[in-house]
Amino acid sequence: MDEIISCVKRDYIIDLVKQGKRVDGRALDQMREAVVEKGLIKTANGSAKVKLGKTQVLVGVKLMHAEPFPDTPESGVLIVNAELLPLASPTFEPGPPRVEAIELARVIDRGIRESDAIDLDKLGIKSGEDVWSVFIDIDVLDHDGGLIDAAALASIAALTDVKPPKDEDWKLPEFPLSKLPVAVTVAKIDDRLVVDPCLDEERVMDARLTITTIEDGSICAIQKGGRGYFTREELEQAYDLASSKAMELREKLR
Amino acid sequence: MEKPEKLLIDGKRLDGRAPDELRPLKIKAGVLERADGSAYVELGNNKVFAAVYGPREMHPRHDQQPDSAVLRCRYSMAPFSVEDRKRPGPDRRSMEISKVTREALEPVLFLELYPRSVIDVFIEVLQADAGTRTAGINAAAVALADAGVPMRDLVSSVAVGKIDGTIILDLMKEEDQFGTTDMPVAIIPRKKVVTLLQMDGHFTKEEFKQALDLAFKGCEKIYEVQRQALKEKYAIKEGE
Repeated sequence: MDEIISCVKRDYIIDLVKQGKRVDGRALDQMREAVVEKGLIKTANGSAKVKLGKTQVLVGVKLMHAEPFPDTPESGVLIVNAELLPLASPTFEPGPPRVEAIELARVIDRGIRESDAIDLDKLGIKSGEDVWSVFIDIDVLDHDGGLIDAAALASIAALTDVKPPKDEDWKLPEFPLSKLPVAVTVAKIDDRLVVDPCLDEERVMDARLTITTIEDGSICAIQKGGRGYFTREELEQAYDLASSKAMELREKLR
Repeated sequence: MEKPEKLLIDGKRLDGRAPDELRPLKIKAGVLERADGSAYVELGNNKVFAAVYGPREMHPRHDQQPDSAVLRCRYSMAPFSVEDRKRPGPDRRSMEISKVTREALEPVLFLELYPRSVIDVFIEVLQADAGTRTAGINAAAVALADAGVPMRDLVSSVAVGKIDGTIILDLMKEEDQFGTTDMPVAIIPRKKVVTLLQMDGHFTKEEFKQALDLAFKGCEKIYEVQRQALKEKYAIKEGE
């Protein structure tokens, strides 16, 4: 089932954006309040819950023994999975993950993997046989839009929370995390760019662009979504917005 | 595959291309008998078919949209298309590619003309060598035009990236695997707007802008070949 919105509400939101206003009173370039709570789950090696406005996402990280991939016999494995739980929205249904959940997990995977945030080469145990596998499991608890940003922030927060497992094969002093990739989504509504769209705004947006940046402002992942398009100028504006907002969000990880 | 020591030697790439050079590109429109529209694309060692069926009645009916047609894209790789055998059927990667392919094509279609119907786009990769999603989009755009589906323009697509610190056009397999960055882009050439943008790797802001410029240039070249393919099939030749 898709998200449906009435024509009246659609026109209302678009009219507001035309005047530089938003349905929840924010400025166009303003994120919702983000609250990060770490270490809630004792059974996980690391965990974090992020509230982004009314959206809530919980991420647990587990470190497990696993077989390495044949082409990287000495490197650890990173696996990101996302569940759009039916408790989070009337439009989410039980069953195998749909493409929205797959995209969510893959965009977050790319942000962490491509920034080399985790030094997977240090997570080998026995070449070709045994390595550490980092499972990042994303549980969406309450969906009010901005799932990618909330889940990416919760994922990296959970990684900063990882405590070494009590296991004789764990030889490192701490979990090898060296960068903090942060994703920020910019939506295009009626030819205007708005940061961190809420669910109502997502329902009326033409397209979205998620840009994941690291501390120095360089980009490690991009994903465009939605059936609209972006001009060159909009892409550059979106980068400026996303990179500056990522700096603000990164402060929440401390 | 062994990692080569360098991907760029004296300004030339492993296959001898300059950084801003496309692989050889061949496009043919109308290659499948039963489909309403079809196209075949060869981009370097990529071989990709696209077929379009519809607009036709949407099944299952609960997926019908009362005010517009639905564009349904299915990107699939043949089990023999890669070095190892790929398990047949959709995986997470191909499901994501199907989604971004649909979103890349939707902006040029007049879906509101065909309520309750579906336009099916099937993309089959027979031989893969990096850039299959872009080759698939190029084939799908030509196949949609071949099917006579009303369109604002074609969609042209190419990947850009970074190897050994240099921004390059149209990555081949080694460059995709061992390079720093891969950024597939699709544009509507006449409007000069971006309908698909993904990236993984590392770009500074300047590199991102430079890569976008290169992608636009590459897409324009591809656009010419796409148009040529349609002209070849539909132009009235002398003596006919």
